[in-house]
Amino acid sequence: MKGMSLIVKTITNVMIGFIFIYGVYIILHGHLTPGGGFAGGVIIAGALVLRVLAYGSEAGAEKRSETRASIFESIGALLFVGIAIAGLMLAGVFFRNFLPKGVPLNLLSGGIIPFCNIAISFKVGAGLFSIFLSLAAVKYVMKD
Amino acid sequence: MIIFLSCIILFLIGLYAIVTKRNLIKIVIGFAFIEYAINLLFALIGFRRGMLAPIITQVDMPHKFVDPIPQALVLTAIVIALGTTALMLSVVLRIYNRYKTFDIAEIRKLKG
Amino acid sequence: MTFIPLYFALPLAAAFIIPILGKIAKSVVWIFVTLVSFVLFILALYGVAVMQQIPMVVYKMGNWPPPLGIVMAFDSFSAFMVLVISILVFAGSLFSWRYMSHYTGQWKYYTLYMLITAGMMGVSITGDLFNMFVFLEIAAISSYALVAFGVDAEELEASFKYMVMGEIGGLTFLLAIALLYAKTSTLNLADISNTLQAMGQTPFFWTVLGMMLFAFSIKAAFVPFHSWLPDAHPAAPAPISSLLSGIFIKVLGMYTTARIVFNVFGLSRDTAPAFFNVLLGIGLLSIAFAGITALSQRDYKRLLGYSSVSQVGYIMLGFGIGNYYGVAGAIFYILAHALAKGLLFFTSGSVVNATGTRDLSKLAGLGERMSTTAWSFRIGGLSLIGLPPLVGFFAKYFIILGALKGGFLWLAIIAIGLSVVTLGYLLKIENNVFMKKGRTEASKAPFTMRIAMVFLVVLIVLLGIGFQQVFDFVVGPAAHALLRGIEYANLVFGSVAVGF
Repeated sequence: MKGMSLIVKTITNVMIGFIFIYGVYIILHGHLTPGGGFAGGVIIAGALVLRVLAYGSEAGAEKRSETRASIFESIGALLFVGIAIAGLMLAGVFFRNFLPKGVPLNLLSGGIIPFCNIAISFKVGAGLFSIFLSLAAVKYVMKD
Repeated sequence: MIIFLSCIILFLIGLYAIVTKRNLIKIVIGFAFIEYAINLLFALIGFRRGMLAPIITQVDMPHKFVDPIPQALVLTAIVIALGTTALMLSVVLRIYNRYKTFDIAEIRKLKG
Repeated sequence: MTFIPLYFALPLAAAFIIPILGKIAKSVVWIFVTLVSFVLFILALYGVAVMQQIPMVVYKMGNWPPPLGIVMAFDSFSAFMVLVISILVFAGSLFSWRYMSHYTGQWKYYTLYMLITAGMMGVSITGDLFNMFVFLEIAAISSYALVAFGVDAEELEASFKYMVMGEIGGLTFLLAIALLYAKTSTLNLADISNTLQAMGQTPFFWTVLGMMLFAFSIKAAFVPFHSWLPDAHPAAPAPISSLLSGIFIKVLGMYTTARIVFNVFGLSRDTAPAFFNVLLGIGLLSIAFAGITALSQRDYKRLLGYSSVSQVGYIMLGFGIGNYYGVAGAIFYILAHALAKGLLFFTSGSVVNATGTRDLSKLAGLGERMSTTAWSFRIGGLSLIGLPPLVGFFAKYFIILGALKGGFLWLAIIAIGLSVVTLGYLLKIENNVFMKKGRTEASKAPFTMRIAMVFLVVLIVLLGIGFQQVFDFVVGPAAHALLRGIEYANLVFGSVAVGF
């Protein structure tokens, strides 16, 4: 059997969704409470890493998910640069807020900050996961 | 003052590891020490006795916060440290793959 | 004035488009990178043109006013650095196409190439200390990865050595920032400058300055800290060697040192002669030691690496002289050395691409078969030695003029004398690779590589002939921007600031 024991796999199945949702919560409340894009992205990457650790993976599958992770990472970075350039286009200054500021302490507040957090979480989550995968993939290189 | 000195001591421990250790992994750990020392120093610089964490939880809060900028700087510095550490470890793994050793004395091909 | 953020936003965005583009169509990536580099070059020319009318453009990121938010302070010196960066990035991207064609994972190379560009651009235009550190690390981390790009044993080892040295420098810079923030409670360069002037030259002032000088000396590879450069620069692919030696060490080492010393700490030859004598000492030590070591090298690129260490010493010499002509000469030398050393590393790449070796004793008789490469090498080398009317002569001329005006006759004599060493090690390559009779199997350099080399040759000749214009429009204003000293802070805060 590949990966770890049945107990680990079952618990992973149960926990992975909660971890993921907790990560999303941290990201979306980044402008109100401690946390934000980076912390939430790390938690999401943790969920993905847990899955790989529990179930194990093959060289081919790892290569594929690394490709996918790097695309997500690029999308996150592009979103972030896109928000900055949208500020340049719509409000005249790079990174300037172009959204209504909303009611303080509400989920819908902070202008572009929540969107920046989402973009950062893509970048960090996918980036950390692909760092993990490429360090894990060294074992295949070593066998050659 | 003592607590600031402890940061410098931590910094010097890391530097000691980098300069004297022969194992590549231990050199990387030395860098981690230095990074922690500087991050700790940043956090201590922003600290003010008796002040709150800089999080606004009510609309009309008295402005009695510790300095939030060093915390933001620490976060950025952590990300950069993460990048360098990951890159360093991957290079170390590749070096291990070529030479089958972590000992720096046995892999000195380049002179000077 | 919205062009300022584009200098780093454009390559940054390009760096993240490339991985997606690379999955769809591999061949488009190179065209895309070349296009972006060309746009950057045009933008840099535009920036120089704007700087003819106004002394500084202050761009407030997110519209936050200076001490609160991050500002981009774009003055003539920044415009000059951006121009030199964009010239070498453009030439390098032309050179990369055929040179990189036998490597795997080309899109990774181009992503890193754009990231290193973004980092260098950011360092040269930012007006915020921590922002400078972040851009510096972006550029540095990309360069570590690029040095290791070939993943051969030698390259990995060079990269690790470079990483250890470079990170000690980077972290020392971070520690200096932490100490400076503890005392001044600000990160804005202009604000720091104001606070430091109010504090006076205390021991703290000199400690922080010393730490920063140490950090930048590692990044610029001055002699006690140079040992990583002759390993790291040859190990990288040739276009990257050219970028690293040509401009990277100068942005991360020289630009930052000059900016911090002149504009932030507000020192000048008159107020702190001892400190400027230290700079002179560092410069002289680098020129002499690395130049003499270069004479005994047997590897094409390694010799050029030692030559870079030695030539960077001349730039420090110019800053150390500290009067108008000295500083202008140093800035001119940044341009001249970037073009010449970029070209020389291109020729080494061309030779390696054709023969597969860079051992000088194994190469022979390439002068006839690779005539473009050979003549590029000769012109680049002559410019490096300082032969009129090439651009290198005028750079050296202004440094020597500065030395004479500052009353350092002995310095002028030493500087001229050490040019002989430069002649010596370049003749070694010329004799072995191009002149010596013999038959090394080699084909002509591919077309795009020759275009890249000819582009730099033309610039070396043209800028040398039109040195008066270069001096009046680009180098002179840049020197004025540095010698403005603490007026820099007034410009950043003052009403002169243009922008939003």
